[in-house]
Amino acid sequence: MSAAAPAAAATMLLDVRDLDVYIGESHILQGVSFGVRRGGITGLLGRNGVGKTTTLRGILGLVPRTGSVLLGGDETTRLATHEIVRRGVAYVPEDRDVFAGLTVEENLRLAERAGAPLRYDLVYELFPELEQRAAQKAGTLSGGQQQMVALARALLNGDNRILLVDEPTKGLAPLVVRHVVEALQRAAEIATILLVEQNLSVAHKLVKDVVVLDQGRVSFTGDVEQLMGDPALARRHLGLAAVGSH
Amino acid sequence: MTTIALLLITGLGLGALYFLIAAGLSLIWGLMRVLNFAHGAFFTVAAYAGWSASRMVVGASPDLQWLVAVVVAVVVGGVFATLTEVVLIRPLYARHVGQVLVTVGLALATISLVQGGFGSDPQRLALPAWMTNTTTIVGANIPNTRMLVIAVALLVFALLLFFLQRTRFGLIVRAGVENRAMVQALGIDVHRAFTLVFAIGGMAAGLAGMLAGTYYGTIDPGRGTAMLIFAFIVVIIGGLGSVTGSAVAAVVVGELQQFLNFYGAAGVGDFSVVLLLAVVLLIRPGGFSGAST
Repeated sequence: MSAAAPAAAATMLLDVRDLDVYIGESHILQGVSFGVRRGGITGLLGRNGVGKTTTLRGILGLVPRTGSVLLGGDETTRLATHEIVRRGVAYVPEDRDVFAGLTVEENLRLAERAGAPLRYDLVYELFPELEQRAAQKAGTLSGGQQQMVALARALLNGDNRILLVDEPTKGLAPLVVRHVVEALQRAAEIATILLVEQNLSVAHKLVKDVVVLDQGRVSFTGDVEQLMGDPALARRHLGLAAVGSH
Repeated sequence: MTTIALLLITGLGLGALYFLIAAGLSLIWGLMRVLNFAHGAFFTVAAYAGWSASRMVVGASPDLQWLVAVVVAVVVGGVFATLTEVVLIRPLYARHVGQVLVTVGLALATISLVQGGFGSDPQRLALPAWMTNTTTIVGANIPNTRMLVIAVALLVFALLLFFLQRTRFGLIVRAGVENRAMVQALGIDVHRAFTLVFAIGGMAAGLAGMLAGTYYGTIDPGRGTAMLIFAFIVVIIGGLGSVTGSAVAAVVVGELQQFLNFYGAAGVGDFSVVLLLAVVLLIRPGGFSGAST
C-alpha cells in the first residue's frame, strides 16, 4: 500500500469492497470494489443490466450480498437496511417508489427521522410544487412530480451523509430533467451523492468521479473528463450508442 | 318488512363478526404477506380464556363477568398473536410455504388442545339479562346481542381508521402495505410494525371470539376455524390490506348469507358467498378497494 493510501481512505465516505450479489442463479455483481469520496457527485455508469441498481441495493442491504461496505470507515454489511439508512444513507430508487396511496405530505412525513434536523425549507425551496400539492395523493402526480417527492424524501433529513440516486431523469421531459439536475447540484453542496445515470450529458454535467460497471465488474474508475474526453475509452466502457447520443 | 329488518340486522351482526376477524387478517397479509391460518386459533383461545376468566369472578354481576371475559379475551388474543409472530413467523419471513405450514399446524394443535382441555361440546356463556332481551325495530324483535356486536364492530372500525390515518405507526402500516422494501429504505424498522399489526389483529380476533360467544350464546372449539374461512373470503373480496374494503365486504357477505339462507334452500347463502368470491376475482381481482395485490 502506498503512503497516499491511508489519506485516500480517510477522504472516502463510502468504500465498497468485493461486493458479490446473486439473484437466483445469476451472479449479478462479481467482486465490485470502488470508493466514493466525500462531497460532490460520483457517477456509477454502464450499459443496461450491468448491475448498477443492484449495487445501490446491495449497499443498502436490500438484496443478499457478500463483501464489505464501509460507511465513514464503519462496516455496514451486518446491519439491517433501516439501520444502514439511519447512519445517514438516503435512497432515491429508479422507479421513484413513492407511496401512491399516501399524500405528498404523508410521503415526506414518513421519511422524517427522529433526531435528525428536518430541511422542509430546502425541500420546498427546490420543489415549491410539493408544498402546493401537499394534500394530493402521490399516485396521481406526474412522473416528474413523483421524482420530486422521491428526491425530497432523500433531502429531508439534515443528517444524511450520502444519497444513492438511481436514474433520476429516466422518462422525464427535458424541462423536468433540468429541474432535477439543478436539485442534484444543490443537494451535492450539502451531501455526497452516488448517482446512477444513463443520460450521459446529465452525468457529464453533474459528476466528477466515475465508476463504470461492465457485466457485474468494475471496468473503469477515474475522472469523468478522462472517460468522456477519450471517445475510444468511452465507447469501450459505455457502448457506441451511448457515446454517440452524448 | 319485519322479516327483512330482522335479516338485515342479523346479517349486519354476522358481518360485524367477520369484519373483526378479517381486519387483522387483511392488515397482516397486506403488510407482511403472511397468510395466517392461525388467526382462528387466536379467536378460539381468546374466547375460552375469556369464558374461563368470567367463571373465576365468582359473585360478580353478570355485566362485570361479561366485561371481564371481553377484556381477558382481547388481551389473550393480542398476547397469543404477538408470541406467534415473534416466535414462529419471524424466523420464516419470505418463506411462504413454511409460514403456511406453521400457521396451519398451530391452528390444528391449538384447537386439539382446547378440545382436550374443555371438551368438544359448546360451553354456555352467561350473559347479562339485557343482552338476552330483544328490541323491537320496524315490528321485528331484534336480539340486543346483534346490536351490541354491530356497535362494537363500528367502534373497532373507527379506532382502526384513526390508528391508520392519524398515527405514525398507521402511516408506516399503510406505506408498508404498498411497498415494504421502500419503508425500510426510509430507515424504518418494519419488523416493529409487523409485531404491532399481529398484536392488533390478535386483539380484534380475541374480541370477535368473545362477541361470537355473545352472539350465539355459546363458545365452541370449531367456530374460529369455521368463521376464518368466511373471513378469508371477506379479505379477498374487500381487497388485501384494506380495512375499509374488509368492512364493506363483511357486510355484503353477512347479508348475502342471511338473506339467501332464509329465502333459498339451506346452504345457498354459504354457496353464494363462494360464488361472489369467484365473480369478484374475475371482474375486479384487487377486490372492492382495488388493491393490486
